[in-house]
Amino acid sequence: MKTRKLNVLIGWGAAVLMMGSVAVEASPERDLKAFQTYFVEKFPLTKYSDFNNGVYSIDESFRQQWESIEEFPPYESFMEMGEEEWNKAFANGAGYASCFGEDVSAIRGFYPHWDSKREQVVTLEGEINRCRKDNGEKPLKWKVGTLAYLSAYIAYEGRGQKVDVVIPDDPKAVAAYEEGKRFYYAKRGQLNLACADCHVYQAGQHIRADLLSPSLGHTTGFPVFRAKWSGKSKSGDGMGTLHRRLGGCNKQVRAKPFKPQSEEYRNLEYFLSYMGNGMEWNGPSYRK
Amino acid sequence: MKIGKLITSGVAVIGFSMTMAITTTSIAEAASSVVDEGKSIAFNKKKGNCLACHRIEGGRMAGDIAPPILMMKMRYPNKEVLRAQIWDATASNPDTVMPPFGRHHILSESEVDKVTEFIYGL
Ligand code: HEC
Ligand code: HEC
Repeated sequence: MKTRKLNVLIGWGAAVLMMGSVAVEASPERDLKAFQTYFVEKFPLTKYSDFNNGVYSIDESFRQQWESIEEFPPYESFMEMGEEEWNKAFANGAGYASCFGEDVSAIRGFYPHWDSKREQVVTLEGEINRCRKDNGEKPLKWKVGTLAYLSAYIAYEGRGQKVDVVIPDDPKAVAAYEEGKRFYYAKRGQLNLACADCHVYQAGQHIRADLLSPSLGHTTGFPVFRAKWSGKSKSGDGMGTLHRRLGGCNKQVRAKPFKPQSEEYRNLEYFLSYMGNGMEWNGPSYRK
Repeated sequence: MKIGKLITSGVAVIGFSMTMAITTTSIAEAASSVVDEGKSIAFNKKKGNCLACHRIEGGRMAGDIAPPILMMKMRYPNKEVLRAQIWDATASNPDTVMPPFGRHHILSESEVDKVTEFIYGL
């Protein structure tokens, strides 16, 4: 009699625990609220809509330099090259519009999203190369060059729309989101640092002379022209995609970067973009 | 005979104090070179890069993620505890952003020793 009672109790306890953990795991909405509240409270002087400007949203003197650079932005000529590429026909006569539609301004805000047929997160850059492959064209390099220019053109045309990433009520989509989140909070590399260590907990602090940007709105401004990525022959012409930046931040902590458009980085992009819901898309951008 | 003895012992005394003097300077020199080496390991961006996060006297462009390194003898009367913090900061705080320099082989045993000597004197 006594033992049965105990079993029932344990059974109950387990059920309650399970319910608890399900509720905790499957709540991107709750994560979003906590995440955004954290940054709003940490940076009371920053307007909410301004968090999409990276480090410039939290530092007045950097911001002034940046605003003057943005008046004649160094990414402009690359955007124009992207537009030319967009208008070029493939060898088969089709073009990018055959995959993405004629309205270029509607594209940026559509990615990233969960593709329930292919059961994976799809990204803008990933779909550009898929479009090329489907039309018999060679894929473009992922991190620099023409793909970054195209992405810049599409981003520019889609400026001002609100980020509105959806995590559908599909366990696989939620799992992809959770993977991205786990990646963000996991310590890695020889230096043992998580993305969140630098961009959540230490955001606003200096690491050497670099100010750490808050991760809220981190994906909205891509692709970016970075002074650091320009000039030296190896680093290219300055333009780079989001996945180039992710790889760079992994290398900084002496972790092996994942491949651009790997499942890891797509899921990470999914999580990070979702955290920016409600911000405006504002790429391409200039960064130091 | 007497004089001879005196002279010999005098020489012995002089000899002894000279050796003493030599030994003392070389210990001091060795110590200061260990501290200097520790300092350059601590400041080197490819090694300790402690300035990424800590303000340390004599270092430029320091970050402000972590507490400044000051009065270490007061905070760490036991040098071994200080060394342990540098060797693996996650042992006392699993969430810390301070890299586990020894445990992750960012620095070797002897480099950690040298950095400890340098930090201990601050
Ligand atoms: C050791 C600290 C550190 C870690 C860990 C780190 N980053 Fe960064 N990250 C930086 C610095 C420094 C910059 C450049 C300044 C800035 O914008 O914050 C940067 C920039 C970025 C940017 C560009 C922001 C912009 O507005 O241009 C993104 C996106 C980013 N990091 C994402 C990540 C992700 C994702 C991870 C984990 C995979 C990560 N970071 C890990 C230090 C770090
Ligand atoms: C990426 C950031 C970072 C780097 C690099 C770093 N530290 Fe730290 N360190 C911290 C933080 C943060 C703390 C605060 C304690 C904690 O987080 O548990 C700390 C604490 C300490 C303390 C204890 C201070 C006290 O007052 O108790 C010592 C000593 C120390 N660090 C030495 C070093 C040395 C030596 C190096 C370089 C070899 C170094 N740290 C590199 C972040 C860092």
